[in-house]
Amino acid sequence: MSVAIKKSIKVLQNIRIEEGVYDLRLEAGDMAMDASPGQFISLYCDDGGRLLPRPISICEIDKETGNIRLVYRVVGNGTREFAGLKQGELIDCIGPLGKGFTLEGKKALIIGGGIGIPPLLELAKQLKCEKSIVLGFRDVTFLDKDFESYGKVYISTEDGSVGTKGNVIDAIKANNLEADIIYACGPTPMLKGVKEYAGSNNIRAQLSLEERMACGIGACLACVCKSTEVDHHTNVNNKRICKEGPVFYADDIVL
Amino acid sequence: MKDNNIKGNNEINKDICMKVNIAGIEFKNPVTTASGTFGSGMEYSDYVDLSRLGAVTTKGVSITAWYGNPTPRIAETYGGMLNAIGLQNPGVDVFIQRDLPFLKTYDTKIIVNVVGKTAKEYCQVVDRLSDCDVDMLEINISCPNVKEGGIAFGQDPKRVEEITSLVKSHSRKPIIIKLSPNVTDIATIAKAAEAGGADAISLINTLTGMKIDIERRTFLLANKIGGLSGPAIKPIAVRMVYQAANAVKIPIIGMGGIMEACDALEFIMAGATMVAVGTANFINPRATEEVIEGIEDYMVRNNIKDVNDLIACVR
Repeated sequence: MSVAIKKSIKVLQNIRIEEGVYDLRLEAGDMAMDASPGQFISLYCDDGGRLLPRPISICEIDKETGNIRLVYRVVGNGTREFAGLKQGELIDCIGPLGKGFTLEGKKALIIGGGIGIPPLLELAKQLKCEKSIVLGFRDVTFLDKDFESYGKVYISTEDGSVGTKGNVIDAIKANNLEADIIYACGPTPMLKGVKEYAGSNNIRAQLSLEERMACGIGACLACVCKSTEVDHHTNVNNKRICKEGPVFYADDIVL
Repeated sequence: MKDNNIKGNNEINKDICMKVNIAGIEFKNPVTTASGTFGSGMEYSDYVDLSRLGAVTTKGVSITAWYGNPTPRIAETYGGMLNAIGLQNPGVDVFIQRDLPFLKTYDTKIIVNVVGKTAKEYCQVVDRLSDCDVDMLEINISCPNVKEGGIAFGQDPKRVEEITSLVKSHSRKPIIIKLSPNVTDIATIAKAAEAGGADAISLINTLTGMKIDIERRTFLLANKIGGLSGPAIKPIAVRMVYQAANAVKIPIIGMGGIMEACDALEFIMAGATMVAVGTANFINPRATEEVIEGIEDYMVRNNIKDVNDLIACVR
């Protein structure tokens, strides 16, 4: 695996696609060449008082042009600053970081919830097997149209305004979806549900986790998750999300 | 561009002396890493030539593997960050078998940070490491994020002197006592470490702090309280290094919010023989090397031949 690089890259586009959700395209060059689905890039704030880079999962990779697409939600001052980025401006980034999805299986179930949906788009594009895509939203949907070229899309909304009323598991059950591999990214309660569903149906699952990070390269041990076995690096039952993850096999971690 | 920089520095190095000496050990330059911000160097070796550093100071090593605190373990605050990692580490055996041989492949000095829950545990780790090919041991009596050990030893001058002399009696390596800023009078604590037989002191560890998530109406950190680091704490750190330098004769390793060379120079002028780069590593993995290059540039610009001439020059 190649080493992540830190550099200034050009903003090609940064538009609001939904309330508080932005679509950022970056001229990433080498970063795009090395990137794989499920990896992330950390973006630096221009305001020097906001020290730490913000890790954001990669939504799409275009190796021909070297462009990378990130879809992020404004959750604090850092991402609020990113929302103000304009075409042609430069932003400092480091990446690609972490270990992404392993492409496998014959019949895949791709499950995303909320702002966990974007990193699954590149996966859906690269995954060549038969696949069903289940996207869960609170109410308003986003990015669902982008997935339609890569498989049949099923939607769940908490208020029932679109698709199945309820969560992603409700949508899976309502549509009798089957799989031999699950790929999921979303809020921890959703991932817990997916892990349980995968376990009880004996389906292998890859889950992409999230945690507050500092270094992003495995040194600070801020972003750990509990692991079933003693980890080879930490020598205790936890793993570094930024380094061994963010994607883990469900059986290897405790949520 | 990187090649040009290196070439430029080699030319500079012929004219200036960056070497410093602590407890009879010669460091090629006065820059090391702050414990806990650099792992054991492995993760940063992709970004930094570890042989360029005066020393690598490792993350705290305990007698057995420590799990650390629950997450979230960090929170950013303006100009700084809070951490409550809780000294997670794989234990001294893994350190000796895996991390030390890796570090030995580089031409740099090795300072191992030592942690324990009890005085006995500190001594056990010190005993093990004294038989290893390491240069100095830094005794962490100042971590604010563990319930036992750590800061509990570092806030009372009597206990500082006791633990220092106990550890010193077990150590066949020179020892550095790492001090907490969470004390009323840093000079008293520094003197206690010196009286206990410390070969050097390092300061400051993090300042205790807290951040509250007003939307969720709860603490940002699972541990509630964490240690504040980063540029926000630098003026406090410089002041404490200055006060400690005036109180003791043993050398000081200064740290706290060093982001670039100009910050490091403040610590040196306040009385630090060496400096450590910490939080800056998280933001710029090449921060250590850039600090070294910046100090060299400053010296050339100001026609200073020996970095030792800058130590405590503002007294």
